[in-house]
Amino acid sequence: MKTKKVATLGLSIALAMIMSYIEVLVPLSFAVPGIKMGLANIVIIFVLYKLGTKEAILVSLIRVILVSLLFSNAMAMAYSIAGAVLSLGVMWLLKKTDKFSVVGVSIAGGVMHNVGQIIMAIILLGTEQIALYLPVLIITGTVTGVVIGIVASIVINRFKNVRIG
Amino acid sequence: MDMFKDKKTKNDIILALAVIILAAGAWLGFELMKDDGAFAVVTVNGVETARYPLDTDAEIRLESENGGYNILIIKDGKADVTEASCPDHVCVDQRSIGRTGEAITCLPNKTVITIEGPSDAEVDFVS
Repeated sequence: MKTKKVATLGLSIALAMIMSYIEVLVPLSFAVPGIKMGLANIVIIFVLYKLGTKEAILVSLIRVILVSLLFSNAMAMAYSIAGAVLSLGVMWLLKKTDKFSVVGVSIAGGVMHNVGQIIMAIILLGTEQIALYLPVLIITGTVTGVVIGIVASIVINRFKNVRIG
Repeated sequence: MDMFKDKKTKNDIILALAVIILAAGAWLGFELMKDDGAFAVVTVNGVETARYPLDTDAEIRLESENGGYNILIIKDGKADVTEASCPDHVCVDQRSIGRTGEAITCLPNKTVITIEGPSDAEVDFVS
């Protein structure tokens, strides 16, 4: 791995962690319990488009592990990893079809992050009752996905002529 | 290039609408599946402490383990928390509940009020 790439990936992970930290500081859950903006996904999408799939997986997983260790616990880590894996997997698929813009990819990512967490909650807690909450999370995930996608596409466009990594 | 971009944007919009319609449909389905509840079940710190029938109006003071309290009002087949010792008052802000599966949660007092149907009560009796 080239030095420049190592530096870029390190920077991306740091940025994704700061985004997660901002979400810890400014929780949105007073409006709808449990919702998040998904700010870190700006960085993940940026890395996915500018560096590649493997790099995005790396940044996403390291971010989840570090953030869980810093701000929450092992239980939360299981939820976050399930969300991150499903989210990134579907975003990669949609990007590969080349039929959607960054915003579409981001919507899928936001929705799937919630779906992954609910699936993990059903597995860990053994209650399907939690699935009742899924429609609300899917709708809020779509809305935040649009916002995050627009921000991510602006950032990606700004870096159009910049070679990173 | 612009046309290409527009087509993707169109697909984005279709995707967003499809997801929202699907979720709204599921939401509606879940709402219709809910039945009128029969009991308000009070759980403090994971242990069921009391069970009140929804067809009898009542005003109950729920004491929590940390010395706090929540005032539970049962009226017209619905349960509502109108007053609480907790600082954030999330439980007071939540709407009144009366259908199976609905819940009011007070995290500071570790108190949860859930609505259960008549069949749930029987199961509890047997077990």
